[in-house]
Amino acid sequence: MTSHLLLLSGFAFFVSLVFAVLAKDHARDQLRFGGLLFAGFVGAAVVIGWLMFPFPI
Amino acid sequence: MRDGVAEDFQTGALVLLCVAAWAIPGAGHLWLGRRAKGLVFLIALPLMFAIGLALSGRLFPFDFSQPLVVLQALADLGIGVPYFIANAIGAGAGNVRAVTYEYGNAYIIVAGLMNLLVVIDVYDVALGRK
Repeated sequence: MTSHLLLLSGFAFFVSLVFAVLAKDHARDQLRFGGLLFAGFVGAAVVIGWLMFPFPI
Repeated sequence: MRDGVAEDFQTGALVLLCVAAWAIPGAGHLWLGRRAKGLVFLIALPLMFAIGLALSGRLFPFDFSQPLVVLQALADLGIGVPYFIANAIGAGAGNVRAVTYEYGNAYIIVAGLMNLLVVIDVYDVALGRK
C-alpha cells in the first residue's frame, strides 16, 4: 500500500466523510458536500502535483 | 439553590458527554440520539487511526523539550481510547524509514483532530445550537 494517489484518496475520503457528516444534517446534502470536498482534495493534489513537476527538488 | 443544583447537574452531564465523545469517537452523537452520525464517526475515525498505524505512523511522545512534538502528541491523543489501546499493544512506534511514514502520521494526527471537532459538535448539539 504505497501508492501515493491511493493514500491521498483515502485521506481525502475520510476527511470529506467526517466533514460532510459534521456540517450537514441530510443525506443528500452530505453526499453533495462530501463529494465536492473529495473532488476538491484530489483535484487540488493532482493539479498542484503537475504544477510542481517542472521544479524537481 | 434548587436551580443551582440543576445547573450543576447539567454542567456535569455536559462534561461527561464531552468526555464520552472524546473517549469513544461517535459516542456523544449516539448518546444524543443521532445514531447515523454517531455510527459514521464510530467507524470512520478509529479506522483512519488504525490505517495510520498500519502505515508505520508514530504516536508521538509528550517531549516538552520539543514543542511541536507535544502538539503532535496532543493531536494523537485526540482520538481517545484507541490511542491508549494502541499504546498498550505497542503499536505506533513508527518507522521513519518507511515510505508511508509521513502519510501514517497524517492519518493519525488528522483522525485525532477530527475527533476533537466531533466533540465540539456534540457540545453545540447538547446546548441546542445545532
